[in-house]
Amino acid sequence: MTAQTEAELGLETETMTVREAIRQALREELERDEDVYVMGEDVGLFGGVLEVTSGLLEEFGEERIRDTPISEAGFMGAATGAAATGTRPVVELMFSDFAGVSMEQIMNQMAKMRYMFGGKADMPVTVRTTEGGGMGAASQHSGTVHSWIAHFPGLKAVVPGTPASAKGLTKAAIRSNDPVFVFENKMIYEQSGEVPTDEEFTVPLGEAAVEREGEDVTVVATQRLVGESLGAAETLEGEVSVEVIDPRSLYPLDVDTIVESVEKTGRLVVADESPLSYGTHAEIVARVQEDAFFSLDAPIQRVGTPDTHIPFSPHLEEEVLPGDDDVRAAIQRIA
Amino acid sequence: MADFDLDSADGRREALRRMVTIRAFDEEAGERFADGEIPGFVHLYIGEEAVGVGTCASLEPDDYIASTHRGHGHCIAKGLDPKYMMAELYGKAEGYCNGKGGSMHIADVDEGMLGANGIVGAGPPLATGAALTIDYRDRDQVAVGFLGDGAVAQGQIHEAINLAATWDLPAIFVVENNRYGEGTPVEKQHNVDNLSDTAQAYDIPGVTVDGMDVTAVAEAVAEARERARAGDGPTLVEAQTYRYRGHYEGDEEPYRDESEIERWKDRDAIESFRDRLIERGELTDDEFADLRSAVESTIDDAVEYAKAADPPEPSAAYEDMFADRPPELDRFAATARPDGGANGGDRR
Ligand SMILES: Cc1ncc(C[n+]2csc(CCOP(=O)(O)OP(=O)(O)O)c2C)c(N)n1
Repeated sequence: MTAQTEAELGLETETMTVREAIRQALREELERDEDVYVMGEDVGLFGGVLEVTSGLLEEFGEERIRDTPISEAGFMGAATGAAATGTRPVVELMFSDFAGVSMEQIMNQMAKMRYMFGGKADMPVTVRTTEGGGMGAASQHSGTVHSWIAHFPGLKAVVPGTPASAKGLTKAAIRSNDPVFVFENKMIYEQSGEVPTDEEFTVPLGEAAVEREGEDVTVVATQRLVGESLGAAETLEGEVSVEVIDPRSLYPLDVDTIVESVEKTGRLVVADESPLSYGTHAEIVARVQEDAFFSLDAPIQRVGTPDTHIPFSPHLEEEVLPGDDDVRAAIQRIA
Repeated sequence: MADFDLDSADGRREALRRMVTIRAFDEEAGERFADGEIPGFVHLYIGEEAVGVGTCASLEPDDYIASTHRGHGHCIAKGLDPKYMMAELYGKAEGYCNGKGGSMHIADVDEGMLGANGIVGAGPPLATGAALTIDYRDRDQVAVGFLGDGAVAQGQIHEAINLAATWDLPAIFVVENNRYGEGTPVEKQHNVDNLSDTAQAYDIPGVTVDGMDVTAVAEAVAEARERARAGDGPTLVEAQTYRYRGHYEGDEEPYRDESEIERWKDRDAIESFRDRLIERGELTDDEFADLRSAVESTIDDAVEYAKAADPPEPSAAYEDMFADRPPELDRFAATARPDGGANGGDRR
C-alpha cells in the first residue's frame, strides 16, 4: 500500500515507466512554456543515449530539441548564460560522471550568479543526468554523485524513485527559477507505476513521500533503493513493520516528514546508492540527530556503496552495489 | 542606435568621456586600494580603455556583455554608474551586487552586464548562452564575451566559440591581448602570431585590430555585429592593447621593464583620440579640461557616496541564494548566529 502526498491523492493516473514519465514531463512543459527547450548530446536525432528524449525532436523540432557538440563546459555555460537572460534550458548531461568536465560552469557560475549579483539574476536551468551502477558500465559511467551537487550551496538536487515522482519532480524542476539537478537512476527507467495524468501535477521540491506506512523501523530510501526497500519491507511483513520514506528531494530536504516517522518508530535506516563517507546518508543522519535524538532507540544504520568506484565485472558490481538484502539486513540489525 | 555613436561628434565626445572616466575610476580605485579602504583584489583596466569603449560604441543598450576579472572598464563602457560600482568595491549594500560581488563580480543583468568574472575564461560561455536566448527569442540583439590573451588557452573558451559557431549564434568574442597573462608573456602562451588566427578552427572570421584606437575597435565590432544579426554567427576580434599597471594592484612586475610600458604609453588611447578630436576641430583644450574635471568630480562623488553608504545587514549574507528559499537557510543561519537557533538540540 502506498501513502502518497495530498497532491497525488485523488488524481487520475496512468501506468507508465520512469522513462515515459520523464518524457511526458518534458513534453508537457515544452507545450506549456515556449521558453523551455532541451539541449544536450544526442538528445535529438538519437533520442538520448538512454532514450528519454526519443520522439521529441519530431514533435518539437530542432529549435527546441537541440543537439550540442560534445562540450560539457561549453553547453553547461551556455545554459547558464541563457537562463540568466530569461529562457529556460533543460540540459541533459549524458552521465553524471561527466559533471566534472563542466564543473566550473556549474559551481562558479550557475550556483553563484544570483548570490554574487545581489539577487539580480534568475537561474531557471534544469540539468537532467543519469546515475548508478548495475549495467556493467564500469566506473566512468556508473557513479552516483548527487551528494556533490546537494552539498554545493546554490544548487538544488532531486532524486526520483518512482515514475510519479520522476514526472512531478522533473516538472517542478523546469518550473523553478533556481538551478535544479534531476538525478535519474538508470536502472529504474523501465520500472513502471501509476502516474498522475493531470498536466498541473508537480512534486514540490522539498516534499518527501511516505511510500509505505509502518510502526517499527523507518527506512529513508532514494532512487532505485526505494523499490528495493519496499521489497525488503514486504518480505519482513509480520516480523517487522517497516515505514519507507522517499525524500525525493535532497536539497531542500523535507526533515519534518522523516523526523515525524522516526519519532513514531524510534529506528532509522538510510539507504542511498552514493558512497557512504561524507555524503547524503550523513546529512540525513545529522538532521535526525539534531531534531529527534531522544526518539532514537537504536543506532542509525546506513546502506550505500562502501566508498568504492563501481567495478566492471558483474560479480564485483554485485558485491559493492547496495540492494534489498542490504536494506533487510540493516533493518534486522536494529529491529 | 547605440547610446553613443562614433559617427557623430557628440558620440565621439561621449566615447572620450567614457575612456577618461574609466581611467579616473581605476586610478582612484588603485589609490583607495593602496590606502587599505577596498578589500580583496583589484585588477585595473588602465591603458586598455579603447577596447571596452570601442566595443560598446558599436553595441545597443540592450546588447549583452560578459566580462573578465578586469571588468571596471567594461562596466563604465556599457554605461553602468560609477557610484554604485564604487559602492560595490567598498562592499556596501548600495553596490551593484549589494556588496556580495566586489571588484571581480560587478554585474547588472538588466543593463546587459552579465558580470565581471573571477574565473579566467568563464565569461564567453555565458555570452554564448545570452546569444542563445537572443536567437531563441528571435531578438535583434547580440552578446559579447570578453576574454584576455591568457584566457584564449582555456578549454571552455574553445567550447563556447565552437558552440556559438555551429549554432550561428549572435555572439562576438573580443580578445583583449594586453600581452600578459599575469606575468607570462603572450608569446609563451600561444604559438600563433595573431590570436585571431584561432578563428580558423571554427570557420568564423577572425580579425586583429589596434586596441589603442577606439575607432578601429568600434569598426571591427560593428561589422561583427552586422554579421551576427544577419544570422551568420560569431566573429573573433583580437584587440592589441596594453595594461599600464601591474596584473593586480601590488604586483611588483618583475616580468617587464619600464621602457616597454613607456613605449606603449606613447600611443596612449585617450591622448591620441583627444588629439584627433582637437585636430578635427571638435574639441578644444579648454573643453577637454572641462570634461576631465567633470569626470573627476563624478569619481569624487562616487567615492563619497561609497564611503557614506551603509554596509549590508549581517542577515543579507543569507539572502539571494535562491528564488525559492529552502528551509535549510533558516535552519543553519539561525545556528550560525551568536544567539544560537532553534536547532541546537532535539525538538523536545
Ligand atoms: C581558471 C582560473 N585560473 C587562474 C586564475 C588566476 N588568474 C587570474 S587573472 C589571470 C591572468 C589572466 O590573463 P588574461 O586572460 O590575459 O587577462 P589579463 O589579466 O591580461 O587581463 C590568472 C592566471 C583564475 N582567476 N581563474
